[in-house]
Amino acid sequence: MTDEKLTASKRGFRARLDGWLERHAQVGVASIGRLYSRPVATLMVWLVIGVALALPALLQVVVRNLEAVGPGQGRAYSIDVFLKPTLGTARVQQVAERVGARDDVARVELITAEQGLAEFRVRSGFGEALDALTENPLPATLIITPAPSASTTAAMAALRKDLSQISEVDQVVADTQWLERLQALLTISRRVSEGAGILLAVAVLLVVGQVVRGDIETRRAEIEVSKLLGASDGFVRRPFLYTGLWYGLGGGLVAWLLVVVAVYLASPGVAQVAALYGSDFQLLGLPLVGYCSLVATGAALGWLGSGIAATWRLRQLEPSV
Amino acid sequence: MIRFEGVGKRYATGREALVDASFHVTPGEMVFLTGHSGAGKSTLLKLIAAIERPTRGEVIVGRQKISELRRAAVAPFRRHIGMVFQDHKLLYDRPVYDNVALPLVVDGVPRREIDKRVRAALDQVGLLGRETGFPMELSTGEQQRVGIARAVVSRPSILIADEPTGNLDPDLAIDVMGIFQRFHGVGTTVVIATHDVHLIERFPVRRLHLGQGRVLRDEPAATDVGGGPTGGQP
Repeated sequence: MTDEKLTASKRGFRARLDGWLERHAQVGVASIGRLYSRPVATLMVWLVIGVALALPALLQVVVRNLEAVGPGQGRAYSIDVFLKPTLGTARVQQVAERVGARDDVARVELITAEQGLAEFRVRSGFGEALDALTENPLPATLIITPAPSASTTAAMAALRKDLSQISEVDQVVADTQWLERLQALLTISRRVSEGAGILLAVAVLLVVGQVVRGDIETRRAEIEVSKLLGASDGFVRRPFLYTGLWYGLGGGLVAWLLVVVAVYLASPGVAQVAALYGSDFQLLGLPLVGYCSLVATGAALGWLGSGIAATWRLRQLEPSV
Repeated sequence: MIRFEGVGKRYATGREALVDASFHVTPGEMVFLTGHSGAGKSTLLKLIAAIERPTRGEVIVGRQKISELRRAAVAPFRRHIGMVFQDHKLLYDRPVYDNVALPLVVDGVPRREIDKRVRAALDQVGLLGRETGFPMELSTGEQQRVGIARAVVSRPSILIADEPTGNLDPDLAIDVMGIFQRFHGVGTTVVIATHDVHLIERFPVRRLHLGQGRVLRDEPAATDVGGGPTGGQP
């Protein structure tokens, strides 16, 4: 030992890395133990975070389902073209091919007059009454699915106009108004979902921050002694970061559970409504990646919230002897 | 090892704890800081440990000027200094082992090595075998020895102690002082603040007498190095 140099701890990189990993594992596990030692408080924090995360997630579910009933989903977004009843089968086929060749048409389904009648007979239950008819009152119908590129309302209107100008066409029916409303609703829902997401993320940060601040106060003596013994800010902050991480992770899992339960509870009602509209629409939950990102978001917010709170508070906590 | 050059310390409250303190402690030296309470002993120790910063003059520990120590550098700097406090500053919700291991944990020493060194430190203060006990189960003297074990476990080059025998009865005080002297014997620089006159008289080490924020008297050791008259192990 000389006057110039204080004895430095000389350890290899490997030993340092081992020590580092060991400390992290130890601190991580110890912070779980700390949460476990006060289960009610921990559960409350998980619930608060869970609810805060579940709300925007549920709005996301709503958006997802509105999208599912909206454009691009087969018949829900199609144009029915009724041809003039006097046309022969060959003409009908010709028209169908001509329409199908258009760029803004993805698919054409031809329902001949005979097919239409057969389907009507089965579905309507007017079988006997129909037998009384001498000729088929139904026209041949083209069910047109517009190309994705033509899914805007303007393109739809243009397509409708073109179709109605074909000489063989009797009538073009496309209920685009509800679609416009749906799209407006979707836009609003997305905005609300995003806005709520941001606000509630801030709420999670604040909740975690506040809880971690409380944790810091209860461990003040330990923090001050550690600092006296040469603990760096990072060392002192680490257990609180882990605590925040576990809070967020738990909250994310609670949110997952809440969304799954909500979707499960709402499903029968939605199916019933759908059935009234003759649809077999099923309420969608979130995709797996959605649930995973919900949990990951919770964990990240927990880590961040505790990091901000701990960094800020621990800077003020200089040891006093 | 420790150099004070015209050091003054005025607290935010306006109290002037040190006015113009100058002295030099060489490596491996053992020094008593004496003086009435309020003479600036504690402030002086806090300056050595970078708990406080001088408002005037220069405090140099090792090669480091305390006034130039960056915030982030304070923690690594403190790991070179062992500190013993009058009120022990132990963590009462942790067993003895954890208390003594804390400086090593803070420094990132691997677990296996911690184990060895904690045992060695406890052995040096005569508390081997008490690792799993809690501080509350120990007597004041034993608690103080845990505090000392914690201060020396990282083998610091400087050991500072603020009234380490303040709460102890004379026999225990002599025991504790004996421990300090053994560390001094192996080359550690030791600075002990105390107003315990009887104790001071029993140990022939250098004395810095503080008063009015200055070093009033600097009395060299009678016969330096080696064990004191009663510096035995309990």
